[in-house]
Amino acid sequence: MLNVENLDVWFGFPPDRVDAVKQVSFTVAQGESFGLVGESGSGKSTILRAIAGLIDSWSGRVDVAGQAVHGSHRDRAFYKTVQMVFQDPYASLHPRHSVDAVLHEALKLQGMDNIDRRINQLLDDVGLGRGFRFRYPHQLSGGQRQRVAIARALAGNPRLLLLDEPTSALDVSVQAEILNLLTDLRREHGLTYVMVSHDLAVVGHMCDRLAVMQHGQIVEVMEVDALRRGAGQQDYTRHLIRASAGYERA
Amino acid sequence: MTEPMLSVRNLHVSFPTRQGVFEAVRGVSFDLGRERLGVVGESGSGKSMTGRAILGLVRPPGQVRADRMDLGGQSILNLPERGMRKIRGSRISMVMQDPKFSLNPVMTIGDQIIEAYRLHAGGGKAAARKKALEMLKAVQIRDPERVMDAYPHEVSGGMGQRIMIAMMLAPDPEILIADEPTSALDVSVRTEVLNIMDRLVRDRGMGLIFISHDLNLVAQFCDRVLIMYAGRVVETLAAQDLHNARHPYTQGLLNSLPRLDAPVDRLPVLQRQENWRSDPLIDQGLETELPKGV
Repeated sequence: MLNVENLDVWFGFPPDRVDAVKQVSFTVAQGESFGLVGESGSGKSTILRAIAGLIDSWSGRVDVAGQAVHGSHRDRAFYKTVQMVFQDPYASLHPRHSVDAVLHEALKLQGMDNIDRRINQLLDDVGLGRGFRFRYPHQLSGGQRQRVAIARALAGNPRLLLLDEPTSALDVSVQAEILNLLTDLRREHGLTYVMVSHDLAVVGHMCDRLAVMQHGQIVEVMEVDALRRGAGQQDYTRHLIRASAGYERA
Repeated sequence: MTEPMLSVRNLHVSFPTRQGVFEAVRGVSFDLGRERLGVVGESGSGKSMTGRAILGLVRPPGQVRADRMDLGGQSILNLPERGMRKIRGSRISMVMQDPKFSLNPVMTIGDQIIEAYRLHAGGGKAAARKKALEMLKAVQIRDPERVMDAYPHEVSGGMGQRIMIAMMLAPDPEILIADEPTSALDVSVRTEVLNIMDRLVRDRGMGLIFISHDLNLVAQFCDRVLIMYAGRVVETLAAQDLHNARHPYTQGLLNSLPRLDAPVDRLPVLQRQENWRSDPLIDQGLETELPKGV
């Protein structure tokens, strides 16, 4: 579904050039859920943004559903296949567009017919109900906003969802609801996920395999079972797993 | 039992709104000794407002009422601004969530610490500079001379938070209120920052109020935990007993966390009950009594 080879992403020009992602390669199979974990600045979100076409300063090879992509230009077919959900549901929805307007626009851009029926369908899919259709973002809680953002991403029946910390701005009880929703949607629609998170427990819950990143490079790719056992091949992985487990009094 | 350092009874914080009076905090009571007291709750539970009310940081039209709010036997409830300023910083300090918004972006870090210190402790510039360097060393900043001359945008988030702690601790306060001090930090930096605060509590006998949404972290780091829901403390526990929590809200929060050691297909979702807002508390005594030996 997704194949990334020797991906480099940089920002700025020499001498101020920053190499945010260095020689990253990984493959995600159809129907798989793949996690990218690491601390801030490790380049995990940058990879998603490069794939989605939000950054043009990258090199390497990215294939999505067998099609190579280039630069920051993506055609309609790409956006039909790939959609992204962002971290902050307070920032990713237009404050003056109602839920109806947000979904209407997304459906129209995807060239869908029967928009009225589909909006109701999308709202049902993400567990919001039709009563939310004419509300504005400020009338919604954080979890409800993230549901709208997910509904918008689902508008074109995508096959690959790029999830950039989809629950880190939410309370833990709301996080559980959104993670359950994402689990159900993947099952019902046969979606493939690439999920970025700094929370190892969330990735452990959602993903089959994951890549641990540090300083723009993949330190190791591991199965989720190895993560649960705390069995990293690399020192950094074990350090990260231990530190995530919580606080041990020194 | 020793005298509590801080004693709060029946604290209320309310805000008039167009829809009527909104009560952000509704009758919170607790005592703080020389301990690490965790305050846990979701967003909107009133945990930050409790911290702000203690320091007199609730802005009008917000109102703070309490039967009692004593610091070392002296009432600090609704002190006039002049009196409050003598307490803020020198006796009770606060570390906020995000160092990006609490440091002055156009002043070097050294100047900010020196200013904060001299405001409370007085003294000459040279002595304050020495103290600032000492504090930066105390929070494990490797190259304090360089950091003194740096601006906040030139340091990382973890370093910024340690600098905030250094600044808050320079006047040697009795109580530190830390409002989500590690939420903006990476896990490895988080451990360092917690170690620093832990040492301060042990070595200086400081009282720490640790406000956080992270139940597990609080259980591991603190001695005692208050769990807040809708402006009230619904349960108080010794931190090591957190996993035996009796209140359904506490249990629900714990269960909704994904766990690496216990994989599940679907996470249990918290079912909120209307009576959590108003039911009598589980154990009235626990709420206020200091544990023995503190």
